[in-house]
Amino acid sequence: MSAHATEHGTMNLKLIVWRQSAPDKAGRFETYEAKGITPHHSFLEMLDVVNEDLIKAGQDPIAFDHDCREGICGMCSAVVNGVPHGGHERTTLCQLHMRKFKDGDAIYIEPWRARAFPILRDLVVDRGSLDKLIQAAGYVSCHTGGVPDGNAILVGKPEADYAMDAAECIGCGACVAACPNGAAMLFAGAKVSQLAELPQGQVEAPQRVAAMVRAMADQGFGNCSNHYECEGACPKGIKVKFIARLNREFTKALFLEKIGAISTVKAASAD
Amino acid sequence: MRLLSDSIGRKVVMAITGLLMVLFVVGHMLGNMSIFAGANGINTYAEKLHGLPVVVWATRLVMLTAVLFHLVLSIAITLENNKANPTAYAVDRRLRATFAGKNMIWTGLLLGGFIVFHLFHFTIRSVPGMEIVQVQELSGRFDVFAMVAGAFGKGITALVYVVSMLMLYLHLSHGIQSTFQSVGLNNPKTMPGFVRFGSVLSVIFLIGYGAIPLAILFGLIGK
Amino acid sequence: MILDGKAPTGKIQDSWDKHKIDSLKLVNPANKRKYKVLVVGTGLAGASAAASLGELGYQVEAFCYQDSPRRAHSIAAQGGINAAKAYPNDGDSVYRLFYDTIKGGDFRAREADVWRLAQVSNNIIDQCVAQGVPFARDYAGYLDNRSFGGAQVSRTFFARGQTGQQLLLGAYSALSRQIGAGTVKMFARTEMLDLVVVDGEAKGITVRDLVTGEVRSHVGDAVVLATGGYVNVFYLSTNAMGCSVSAIWKAHKKGAYLANPCYTQIHPTCIPQTGDYQSKLTLMSESLRNDGRIWVPKKKEDCGKAPSEIPEDDRDYYLERKYPSFGNLAPRDIASRAAKEQCDEGRGVGPGGRGVYLDFSASIARLGEGTIRERYGNLFEMYERITDENAYQRPMRIYPAPHYSMGGLWVDYNLQSNIPGLFVLGEANFSVHGANRLGASALMQGLADGYFVIPFTIANYLAQTKPGKVKADHPEMLKSIAEVKAERDRMLSINGKKTVTEFMREVGVLMWNNVGMARSEQSLNETLQKIPAIREEFWKNVKVTGSGDELNQQLENAGRTSDFIDFAELLSRDALHRQESCGGHFRVEHQYPDGEAKRDDANFAYSAAWEFKGTGKAPELHQEPLKFENVHLAVRSYK
Repeated sequence: MSAHATEHGTMNLKLIVWRQSAPDKAGRFETYEAKGITPHHSFLEMLDVVNEDLIKAGQDPIAFDHDCREGICGMCSAVVNGVPHGGHERTTLCQLHMRKFKDGDAIYIEPWRARAFPILRDLVVDRGSLDKLIQAAGYVSCHTGGVPDGNAILVGKPEADYAMDAAECIGCGACVAACPNGAAMLFAGAKVSQLAELPQGQVEAPQRVAAMVRAMADQGFGNCSNHYECEGACPKGIKVKFIARLNREFTKALFLEKIGAISTVKAASAD
Repeated sequence: MRLLSDSIGRKVVMAITGLLMVLFVVGHMLGNMSIFAGANGINTYAEKLHGLPVVVWATRLVMLTAVLFHLVLSIAITLENNKANPTAYAVDRRLRATFAGKNMIWTGLLLGGFIVFHLFHFTIRSVPGMEIVQVQELSGRFDVFAMVAGAFGKGITALVYVVSMLMLYLHLSHGIQSTFQSVGLNNPKTMPGFVRFGSVLSVIFLIGYGAIPLAILFGLIGK
Repeated sequence: MILDGKAPTGKIQDSWDKHKIDSLKLVNPANKRKYKVLVVGTGLAGASAAASLGELGYQVEAFCYQDSPRRAHSIAAQGGINAAKAYPNDGDSVYRLFYDTIKGGDFRAREADVWRLAQVSNNIIDQCVAQGVPFARDYAGYLDNRSFGGAQVSRTFFARGQTGQQLLLGAYSALSRQIGAGTVKMFARTEMLDLVVVDGEAKGITVRDLVTGEVRSHVGDAVVLATGGYVNVFYLSTNAMGCSVSAIWKAHKKGAYLANPCYTQIHPTCIPQTGDYQSKLTLMSESLRNDGRIWVPKKKEDCGKAPSEIPEDDRDYYLERKYPSFGNLAPRDIASRAAKEQCDEGRGVGPGGRGVYLDFSASIARLGEGTIRERYGNLFEMYERITDENAYQRPMRIYPAPHYSMGGLWVDYNLQSNIPGLFVLGEANFSVHGANRLGASALMQGLADGYFVIPFTIANYLAQTKPGKVKADHPEMLKSIAEVKAERDRMLSINGKKTVTEFMREVGVLMWNNVGMARSEQSLNETLQKIPAIREEFWKNVKVTGSGDELNQQLENAGRTSDFIDFAELLSRDALHRQESCGGHFRVEHQYPDGEAKRDDANFAYSAAWEFKGTGKAPELHQEPLKFENVHLAVRSYK
């Protein structure tokens, strides 16, 4: 089975990995050897190999988040050599293959770092703060059932495509991890833009942007200073134009509220 | 929704106050260019300008407000941002962020300090321990040229001004394009244009403002 | 025992509407808040159910093992979702979707359930559009459709190559709205490890908090399992790493019948395996088959050559040859088996000869590279990232991989298992796909169950039960916690020599080789002989590091692996007992001379629901006969 793999040489790598046993414990870097890695190993499969060795040696394996391993669930999350997901265009960590590395490379592996993402263990962080942003208003308040036919409200192809570009976000949090300010503007901007672009979401657009911006502050995310690191690190190629859209939607809503045309305070939903 | 405490509200205020200051920087530079026409040029410009006290004071008031908002908000935002991202990565590798962008607070604070110094230097004309040439032309008109030439004739003063203009260049090379993003005008089509516009404009400022102390220091402008 | 699915009788066109009025009781709005419903799993089925039930006013507690409900594996579905909208004016109808699903499932599903699925399919599209799901649109602004395997109409709605993601994010947004409103309490990073049954009814679950390690019970008036499929029993599959059989297996051990476990689907268009270290297989949307032509070299000696060096005449487009009317769009089981046949004959390509070509050169010549890029750009990119090959210039290599499980917990028409109060939705149940699922139907089922079935059927159960009957300190709750802790401690205390992954690989490879795409009496007997030994060794020699009171991924995997080992035995037993070939279940003894599956309707037109009788003991078989009154039982032909 591994005939193809042996056509290429294998490599040995030095891993410098952040180890932290619990949220309230101090962490430190530990060095490990990854031996016999082929160019066809994915980055996470390389970590699997290291972990199997650690387990056999009676040590705790490196804890890391991962699930689908095909770049869509958004669970995998580690900063490789200073860049979330390793810094290859449109590539999540689980899709990063070891052919991008050379024999003898030293690789630093760290967890996402941001105040809104507390470390749980080793490379595993708590990204519940992103869920809180969606819970604040990242939705269309439609009920199950009782909605019109899918073709009753037309959506132009450019609008649908724009919304889809924004909706590709996998919620991995790389944007926050990459941001020098620990901000979640790309994540929030993508959701605000997707829903503001579609007629179904336009109705609540002012309330949505107000609530999500407030929620970002409540969750401890920082502010945007237009570095665009988020765009560079995003494994799905989400563009910072969606942050511009977020800014625009905010400004529009603020203006309309200040002149008394609308209210962005959401009435508590009745039961 | 709150303009001065919501994250994006503040961002918009930063952008607009920044833009106002850029407009001032443009006007101030164009005025200063009169020095290349010699003493008469800049002295006439100064005389004309001060003949319009309403314009001068209105501008000063607007600028003072803009600077204060820009300064206070930037400090508040930076402190918040540092709190939101307290730990650096072991490897410092950036994909898009620039030196200028990462150091906005420092170039900004240095510029703030420079502005205060500059006001004491050329507007109030009183800096402790510094000799400022204050003479009148034969006509009785205040000799701005003599003051400026006297100041920039000293290498150290010229250096302070040139370094400050480098700060201005750095600050605006990030700041100008950033303004368009902050007010929501950016998209992939316009972004490269805004970035180029910001770079070109800040280079023009660097050359325009930097040329004055250097030209005087190296004796390229004479009476 | 003969099981009754309690499907409504009478005209099938009216069955669901009539059932709702005649047979389903309602819960008064003021009383709804007195009932607590536990929903396990937050994929399409779980998230849509939790959101809908929370909105109705029930107290809902939702659980998922991932760090966020948005990551459930529904997110990975690429191609699309079917609905009988008939927008393209190509002759589609609810009946045709119903018929295609029954036929695609090789006549092994309950008619009424499938009819209901087809009927509510249209509501799903409307619901998702209202949520802001960015479905593909044409330039006039109308919803776009594409065709998919197993159908001769274009009824598949899609959002680029990420339909599952977009539908899940829609359901997740509805769920988030309810979490924000306080009607749903979300427990992420929490894994269900036991079902608590009190006086014969499901009244709670025992879970482990995956961060702190805390083991605790949650009581509810009803339990909804929407925990997905079990094809990770083959070790390598397209499922996410965390997908497991554990939730339904625990329920099975508490008395829930597990039906048709041998119906597993092998997806034809996956990226072939490259080595033993590999942890999972990557699927590429079946929609690729719309524009790609599948072939292998006619001559074995050509297999090592570059594909461009093999002349047109020396290529065997075997699907087009064998199934002229469906061609490359033959259903998944047929396309998968055909690929295996070619490779078994020694005409496979790539590492180990386990691959066939999926060639886009004809489509690129016809439509231009731009069009192909627009349709499948993200898939081509993904293929290149994994294989380092450019599929615009060189045909893709694909090979079948385990992908979906049609079998699952047995449920009646109300999606209730044989344990009252235990409801099972989506891939976790066995209901609508029969022996084979058609493409773009999994998303349809998940959302149908969650949005449009469970809100009605669970009310019927709750209306007949007193709220809050069982309290947290009930002896059964405490016993369940003690049992879960005991099993955890046992695993941690063994400290053997083999890792959890080694055990999972061992059982998985055994299952793939012997119970994968083709099964024989001999291979199944061999498997049934080997599994007890693997189980025995597991409990003597597994090594799990760390403790139970912390985030411990080895411990999580050990539990899942242990359940897979036990479940593999049941799957093999079911496959051995079903002496026919149908859909995803192919017994080599039962085939037509041309290699097509040979069904045995006289003896096997039933669903096999197995009752747990103890680990290592033979389970008891219960049969639910299948009656077909609205379709004609026929040999499935796609020629």
